Order: sequence, then C-alpha cells, then structure tokens
Amino acid sequence: MSTDEQEEEIRQEIAAAEAVRPEQFEYAIRVRGLVNRFGDAVVHDGLDLDVRSGEILGVVGGSGTGKSVLMRSIVGLQIPTAGEIEVYGTSLDTIANEEESRDLRRRWGVMFQGGALFSTLSVAENIQVPLREYYPRIDQQLLDEIAAYKVAMVGLPPDAGPKYPAELSGGMVKRAGLARALALDPALLFLDEPTAGLDPIGAAKFDALIRELADTMGLTVFLITHDLDTLYATCDRVAVLAEKTVIAVGTIPELLATEHPWIQDYFNGPRGRAATESHERVPRDRKS
Amino acid sequence: MAARADFETDEGADGVDVRFTGRLTLARLGDLPARLDALGPVATLDLSAIERIDTVGAWIVTRTAQAHDAKVVGASEEAQRLLKALADDKSEYRVHRDRRPMWARMLEQIGTASVSIWRELVGIVDFFGAMIIALFIQIRARRRIRWHAIVTRFQTVGVDALPIIGLMSFLIGIVIAQQGAVQLRQFGLEVFTINLVGRASIRELGLLMTAIMVAGRSGSAFAAQIGTMKLTEEVDAMRTIGVSPMEAIILPRVAASTITMPLLAFYASICAIVGGGAFCWVGLDLPPLTYIQRLREIIPMTDFWIMLIKAPVFGILIGVTGCYEGMQVRQNAEEVGRRTTSAVVAAIFLVIVLDAFFAVFFSTIGWN
Repeated sequence: MSTDEQEEEIRQEIAAAEAVRPEQFEYAIRVRGLVNRFGDAVVHDGLDLDVRSGEILGVVGGSGTGKSVLMRSIVGLQIPTAGEIEVYGTSLDTIANEEESRDLRRRWGVMFQGGALFSTLSVAENIQVPLREYYPRIDQQLLDEIAAYKVAMVGLPPDAGPKYPAELSGGMVKRAGLARALALDPALLFLDEPTAGLDPIGAAKFDALIRELADTMGLTVFLITHDLDTLYATCDRVAVLAEKTVIAVGTIPELLATEHPWIQDYFNGPRGRAATESHERVPRDRKS
Repeated sequence: MAARADFETDEGADGVDVRFTGRLTLARLGDLPARLDALGPVATLDLSAIERIDTVGAWIVTRTAQAHDAKVVGASEEAQRLLKALADDKSEYRVHRDRRPMWARMLEQIGTASVSIWRELVGIVDFFGAMIIALFIQIRARRRIRWHAIVTRFQTVGVDALPIIGLMSFLIGIVIAQQGAVQLRQFGLEVFTINLVGRASIRELGLLMTAIMVAGRSGSAFAAQIGTMKLTEEVDAMRTIGVSPMEAIILPRVAASTITMPLLAFYASICAIVGGGAFCWVGLDLPPLTYIQRLREIIPMTDFWIMLIKAPVFGILIGVTGCYEGMQVRQNAEEVGRRTTSAVVAAIFLVIVLDAFFAVFFSTIGWN
C-alpha cells in the first residue's frame, strides 16, 4: 500500500515518539539534592522531590520560595547549580544530543503562568505547533480536526480557534495555553499557577477541568499554585516548599497533622480555614 | 517492537467490520488515517483488541464512525470516556477564518492600505495639534517644565549621536568632493569642488543626513519606548495618577529632538566640510587655508539660515512621528516592532517631502 521508504519513515517516527516510555516508571519525576543559586541568593539547597506517575502533585510555598525555578529546572529552562533531576529516567543534564531531549520533551506539556501563547498565531495554529514539529506527516485536514477537538476539550467556545491571543480574555488564554500543552497527548503536564488571575467561578471550572482531564487521559500533573481551593479540588498530594527545600509532602490531612508553623499558618489561616471547611462539607468522591 | 496502529477487516453483511489492534495513539498513527479513508462502507469499529487509546486515536475512531454512520463496539472504560467527551459536543468548532477570493482580498488590501495611510497622516497632524495645546496649557497653568526629562533626552538624542553623525558626515564630505572633482576636472574647474562641498553640506546634506540618522536612532527609540510603556499599562497608570502623558513623556522628547536637531545639523555640516577639505588637500593639492578662504567667499549667509530654519522643523517632525506611533501601540508585542518601523519610515519620508517644499520656497524668495 505504501512504499518501503514511507514505511521506514513511519517506523522511525514511532520509534522516536516512544523512546521514552512513561508507563514503565513508578516515579515520573525524581529530584535529588537540587541546588539553585543566583549570585549570592540561594533558592534551593539540597531539595528532594518525587512525583509519582498518575498523580496530581500540588506545589505550594510563599512568594520567592522558588516554585517556578523548580519547575524551570525540571523542564530544562534553568540549569541547576548542583543536583540531579530525572524525568522518566532521563536526565536532561546528561543528554548529549538534541534528538534525545526531543524524545523527552514530546512526552510533557508545559502551561506557563501567562499562557505564553505565540502572539502571531491563532489559537488553532498555536495548538498545531507541537504537532507540526513532531509529526510533520499529518495532513492539514487532520491537524485542523485535532485542533478543533482540543479547543472543545479545554472548554473554549466554538469560535475561539481562529482568534488571536490578543483577542482572548484571561481565562480563555489559560485554556488555550492548556490546549497547546495537551496537543501531543503528553503523559506529564506542568501547570504554573493555572488559576491565578481568574475569578472564583472561572477558577473553580478550571480546577474541575484539570481533574477531569487528568482522570480521562491518565495524566501526571505537576501543579504550582497559591490557590487553596485548587489544592483541595484537584491535588492527590501536596509538596510544601520553604526554607530552600521541600519541608513536607503528603495528602492535605497529612500536612495538617504536621507541626511546621508555615504549614499551620497556610492551612489554618483565615483563607485556609474557609477552604478547608467548604471542602469538608462536600466530601469528594474520587476513585484512585 | 514499535508497530504502528493497525486494523483487520472482515466483510460483513452491511459493510466492513474493522477491528483495531495495537496502540491507537498519536505516536503510532503512521498512515492509519489514509488507510481508513480508503475503506468502503464500514459497519462496525471494534476497539476490544487495542492496547491503548489517546485523544487523537479517539478522534480518528469518531471521525470514521461519523463518516460511515458506523457503530463503535468493544470500547474499554478508558476509551469510552474519551469517546463520550467527543460525542457529547455537537457544536461546530472553527479553525480558520473565512477565506475570500484572491481579487477580493487584493482589493481589500489596497483599500485598507490607502485608508490607513490617510488616517496615519491625519493622526500625526491631530497629535501635533494636541501636543501644541498641551504645551499651552502647561505654560498657562505655570506648571514647571520637566527640564530633567528634557536634558536626559539631550544626552541620548544629541550627545550620544555625535560620533556616528560626525563619522558619517565626514565620509559623505569626502565622497562628494571626490565625485565632484572627477566631473569638474573635465572642464579644468577642480577648484569649484569647494563650492560643491561647501554649499551642499550647509544647505542640504548635513541636515538631511542628520535627520535620517536621528529618525533611525531616536525616532525609533521613542516609538519603541512609548509602545512598551503602553503595553505594560504605564501610560494608563500615569493618567490615573493625574500626570498627563503628553507633558511627562511626549513634550520632553519632542523638545529634545527639536532643540538638538539644529545643533547636530550644524555639527554634521562642519564635519562634511572638514571631510571635503581633507580630500581637497590630499587629492587636489588645495591647501586648507585656500579651502577656508574660498568657503567664506562662496557660502552665502542665507544657506546657513536655511539650515537653521529647517532643522527644528525636522526635529519636531521626527519627535512627533516617533511619539505618535508609540502611542498607537495596542494589544501585543509584535505591534511595537511594526509601529517602530513605521515611525522611522514615515519620519524619513516626511522629512524628504518637506525638504522639497522648503527648497522650492527658498528659491522663490530669492535665497539662492
């Protein structure tokens, strides 16, 4: 049906796409002894963190505790001063060639705080960028259909596809950013403050969307947030960043049981208590 | 090991029964869509034998099912969840803007371009008027003039531009003298090279080259700075505090370019004359003393006045165009680049058009 050359091309494409096999790993991300230093300012000092495959891990911490720096280190945008980071058994540090890092990069999606949509491309074209990059053989018709599907999946209105980022509201930019992060059906999703700047109703919808997508697609999610409601609504476990390291990781009840003053302040402050109460009243039923 | 997604077919009574095998994922798609499209009428799509399915796989199944009105059977719980998400939504999702025929788009482009050039011109005039009004308000209200802001601009518009403008004018002087000498030698009138360099530099070239350089250096900088300030809402913040952006951002910049322009133009003319003189000395054996003496004889004072009259006008023009384009920035970062480009292009174009008008005007009043 197809020529040998095509056959070989397809074989190579599949081999590259599955060079990194997320399903074999118990831990999606392993961070050991991470040190990040900017001049005299030490942001991380011996930070350890494990993210289990299939879980939604919330990362919280005060401003300036290096949540975003941690994410940037994991995805390879920030070269750590010291320490080891492995994503699906691959360390970006030791990857010698560009091909191997591409193998890893296509298994994750990153949503930046401000959306980081390419401003000269429409929403649909933004979603198609990763697809075009990694699967150049997919024809335009299918690309358009996939883009339309992703637009629908993240809950954007039907006419959002041809719009440019400047024409979108803040909430829509976030959803479009999420759609682009999900373009390649990644196994691992990084979200930097997904609900920051959204109104409470929009934020609650976004929380539900993340939970639903993670369940449907079996995603592992690394979620940075300030939002207590997001933690309660979406996260399986929460990692607390303070004092230049991860001071505690666990479910919210486990964290509540710890003595650390920052954690107590965070969850038992006026906002924390309000969030806790509202979520205790409506117990979550979720299958693990 | 890495087999692509595949399917087996059975001829049934109502059409083909398709049985998918392997992983129905984006990574293993291969030429699956093309092969599916090539099938005849499809009755059922069987998903019971697949290892995995992702959103793209689910879409391919849904698309095929819709095209043939086929049934999907044997879907696992995971697959059902993905397929259900697709089936629930019946709205028409658009991906592209409407396309119109080529001639219509071309006509529209010409029309939009014409209108936008006209609007741009009106906009610059409008902006200039608003600036003059702001200036009068500031003077009448006896608000302090922002000397600090103006003087800072002197540095960037004027002093920092000295080396490049000097070098450029010096070289232009040499080129004019050299080219002029080649032509004039044919008549044995090499000494008239001095007339050529002297009058051209003072009357036209010194100023024109300076204007082009200032438009490129400072007009673009004005547009980019103000454009970025618009994007970061600094300009809006200023308004809400009660500071007029006209007074705080635009007037100092226009004042700086207006005041520095004559100074730079004079400096450029002198540099060009020095360059021409250097060539005359080295290339034509005309000693500097002769050169200077002859310059005094042939350059009328009116040439100097013409330069000094034109220079501030060009300065205002460059400043206003740069600031106007900067203030027009809306929406995104790309706009800053676009507006900066048009600030430079518009400024240089308008300077040259105005220069032509000035040339006709001064000739008419007898300043030859």
